[in-house]
Amino acid sequence: MTDAAPLGEDVRPRLARGVRMVESAAHGGRVLLAPERLFKPDPVAAAILELCDGRSLGEMIDALAARYTAPREKIAADVAALLRTLAEKRLMDLA
Amino acid sequence: MTTPSRGPDGIAGEPPVPLGLLAELTHRCPLGCPYCSNPLALDARAEELDTATWARVFREAAALGVLQLHLSGGEPAARRDLLEIVAAARAAGLYSNLITSAVGLDGKRLAGLAEAGLDHVQISVQDSDAAAADHVAHRPGAFARKAALARDTVALGLPLTINCVVHRGNIARIPEMVAMAAALGAGRVEIAHVQYHGWALANRAALMPRRDQVETAEQQVAALRERHRGGLVIEAVMPDYFSGVPKPCLGGWGRRSLNVTPTGLVLPCHAAQTLPGLAFWSVRDRPLAEIWRASPAFSAFRGTGWMREPCTSCPRRERDFGGCRCQAFALTGDARATDPACALSADHGRVAALAGVGADGPYRFRTHRGAGPGPAGEAERIPAPSCRASG
Repeated sequence: MTDAAPLGEDVRPRLARGVRMVESAAHGGRVLLAPERLFKPDPVAAAILELCDGRSLGEMIDALAARYTAPREKIAADVAALLRTLAEKRLMDLA
Repeated sequence: MTTPSRGPDGIAGEPPVPLGLLAELTHRCPLGCPYCSNPLALDARAEELDTATWARVFREAAALGVLQLHLSGGEPAARRDLLEIVAAARAAGLYSNLITSAVGLDGKRLAGLAEAGLDHVQISVQDSDAAAADHVAHRPGAFARKAALARDTVALGLPLTINCVVHRGNIARIPEMVAMAAALGAGRVEIAHVQYHGWALANRAALMPRRDQVETAEQQVAALRERHRGGLVIEAVMPDYFSGVPKPCLGGWGRRSLNVTPTGLVLPCHAAQTLPGLAFWSVRDRPLAEIWRASPAFSAFRGTGWMREPCTSCPRRERDFGGCRCQAFALTGDARATDPACALSADHGRVAALAGVGADGPYRFRTHRGAGPGPAGEAERIPAPSCRASG
């Protein structure tokens, strides 16, 4: 892992093949399904994951900045941290 | 991100919400692995559930909260309706995982399954050495077939897991197995030590690794994980005979998982039929939700109320749930006993005495003829399911 390399805002984060987010009433909300694993994202993580639809990271941060009151730099850092964590678990493609 | 809540446990009338369902579509299999987890007495094809019943089970499972479906067997590709079954899983909204030997499944058929919504493929590979792999699989050419399907899986863009069961005969080749999985393009590799149930219990001595082999394997896995960090995911668990810590049976009995047999019986785990006196209900007779909530087999060991000491007062009681009920019964004759794999069990000496004690010898290969004698003269040498005689 190159842990400190900046994540360019032109990358287009996508859930890796074989990873899907579903809504499950029985489990109280969104669940991220992956091979032999599953994760329950908190509401903020779910909001970020919903935006991983092919748009660029910059566009994702803009959309989140319009929705939340936190400073853009703070949002950018949080989003990058989440995406890196997911990429390391092979749940996210950062290309 | 956290692991999901599993629903309230131990509250009367309110069972936990399950996460996974293992659908044993058939017991038919072209391989004869001596550690097969299927029961010694295999279900016949004529008694298998039909397509429509499986589709109903999937819908009921999804309504119950199940998220992941494992299509297994036997060899699931032995079902001619596998495509319809995969499509039914997707229609029910389930994440589908095909657990296959690769024999009887070619790239063209796999492409159809991918189009029908299959999410993930897991291929068993018996060894990194082709001849040794085919010997354990009891099928010439099986290794080459598996490698070919692995490449087809990757070419289709489907995520691939390679599952390697390790034992006395191949445990020395874990680095080669991991390298093989990486070369085949897998995203995950499972280094799965044999669990001694079913056919594996019948072959325990021939499969049991030496203690020094297990220790070396553990060091190798740690080094391999470091080397593949951020890339290939390596799943490996120490065999419980050696660790002194019992495994939670699928995260707790009747807590996260269900298993449906080829004929429709619903089991808390795939080995549960080895336990005496448990009544299993069938999806042919009742809705899945009712079976999950009220069947005597699921209620028997759900939660912690059934426990005795040393489990009752153990701080780990809701982490490992007393270990594996089937192993407790197989080794002590008492299904309510603490799993003897636990160092706190009064019977732990029996497991400790068995751990590492094996002998290179002929396997009793799985056969669809059921529990007949194995290789000539071997049947008599197979340890009985209960080890009471030794204690």
